[in-house]
Amino acid sequence: MSITGHRLRLMALLLAGALSTALAGCAADISTPAAPSAGASSPLSGEITVFAAASLKTTFTQLAQDFEAKNPGTKVNLSFAGSSDLVTQISQGAPADVFASADTKNMTKLADAQLVEGTAVNFATNILEIAVPPGNPASISSFADLAKPGVKVVTCASQVPCGAATEAVEKASGTTLSPVSEESSVTDVLGKVTSQEADAGLVYVTDIKGAGSKVKGIPFPESDKAVNTYPIAAVGTSKKKELAAAFIAMVTGDDGRKILADAGFGTP
Amino acid sequence: MKRIGSSYHGIPSWVFVIAGVGGLLVVLPLVAMLAKVNWPQFIPLITSESSLAALGLSLRTSAASTVLCIVLGVPLALVLARGEFPGQRLLRAFVLLPLVLPPVVGGIALLYTFGRQGLLGKPLEAAGIQIAFSTTAVVLAQTFVALPFLVVSLEGALRSAGNKYEAVAATLGARPTTVLRRVTLPLVLPGLASGAVLSFARSLGEFGATLTFAGSLEGVTRTLPLEIYLQRETDADAAVALSLVLVAVAVAVVGLSYGNRQRNKPVEVQP
Repeated sequence: MSITGHRLRLMALLLAGALSTALAGCAADISTPAAPSAGASSPLSGEITVFAAASLKTTFTQLAQDFEAKNPGTKVNLSFAGSSDLVTQISQGAPADVFASADTKNMTKLADAQLVEGTAVNFATNILEIAVPPGNPASISSFADLAKPGVKVVTCASQVPCGAATEAVEKASGTTLSPVSEESSVTDVLGKVTSQEADAGLVYVTDIKGAGSKVKGIPFPESDKAVNTYPIAAVGTSKKKELAAAFIAMVTGDDGRKILADAGFGTP
Repeated sequence: MKRIGSSYHGIPSWVFVIAGVGGLLVVLPLVAMLAKVNWPQFIPLITSESSLAALGLSLRTSAASTVLCIVLGVPLALVLARGEFPGQRLLRAFVLLPLVLPPVVGGIALLYTFGRQGLLGKPLEAAGIQIAFSTTAVVLAQTFVALPFLVVSLEGALRSAGNKYEAVAATLGARPTTVLRRVTLPLVLPGLASGAVLSFARSLGEFGATLTFAGSLEGVTRTLPLEIYLQRETDADAAVALSLVLVAVAVAVVGLSYGNRQRNKPVEVQP
């Protein structure tokens, strides 16, 4: 008898839990309706999903907020990851309306899969910079210094864009690095420098700006041998072509330029 | 499985349906991956220089961390199963923590322990020992995540074996170390073996803590999971082929440990 009672009570608890979750779900749905469109002043409305390279996190978050503020009734969902991950996701049917890549190679991959609407537009450039911990313990002042014996330098692996750029700079400058680690993302390189495990790391100018006082940036002239270009395009399968085009126009327009420039990006 | 005339199993048929869905959830993704394997290129893909370096490193580091797990885990399991002291439950909870902790959290914790600026790393660095970016770091990360598997398996075996034989040995005049060596360990050897196999498998699959703590360099710290993660960027075929190698090893390891346990069963019931 007591077992049945226990069971019943457990069932009741579970049911109550399930119900409250369901109700919470409803409440959430009701509380976030699409904001009423302001009529003639804003013809745009609805939601779009923007897939953007991880290095665009700060700038695109800002741009999406500005876009929503300028176009009441719109909502921009953002998803950030490595460019090649995003291409894989879109190819597998992820619902993206806009794709902003950290390199032209991944945009080409998406175009080859017939998933780019029209042609991609280049909207920013990024170059490498040396990141060192605040005290610069290994006294790095040039790219050649990174090859000094005993200097623990961390780079990206050649398979990822920042690693390809590192390789191009090495080739152009005739300096061969022997990194202690070749990471698969620029964030991991930066992490090794901010945690002071590494004496230096090769990351993008924008990463150093974004990291604030946790790292010190050392620009080097050879960095212009490997300029990364960021293209943006609407995704072919998008059902919100108009909204996607408006967002792209904002990124490539004056507002976008300013936000991107403030974060350290160059103009293509 | 179902034999006519076998005893009543008491499982409603709808339970089998849901169980089937549960099974599919695990099996289906593996089948999907199998379908993606580029078979004509399979052997070249898994025998490329970087793949072999990663596989070799994975096997070596996993073997090393399994040994470390046995060295540290057997005493831990003994203390937890047989000892009686304050804080025992707390110790068990902490030892089991890596089972449920996201590996990346383990990696961060290890970084602040053995990293250059870490709790132990700083004095070690002063003594000329550097752990970050070395194969040692990989082994440490793997041991950290794999140790609970050995401790849990062995503690379970120790508890179900009971301590009657040990008590008898002691009354016959055997000293504690002799009892441990001649009675306890032989008794729980199957449990120890399956625990070691599980630790090996967990070490082989270690990714998050290694990536955070040890870095990624071919032949030094780039184990098979890290190689798969990197290959995925450019060569999906290679990533899938290498994933299949890891799946095959995992299946073999789990099969081995399960077989062990089945054989182990009657032994557990006897005393």
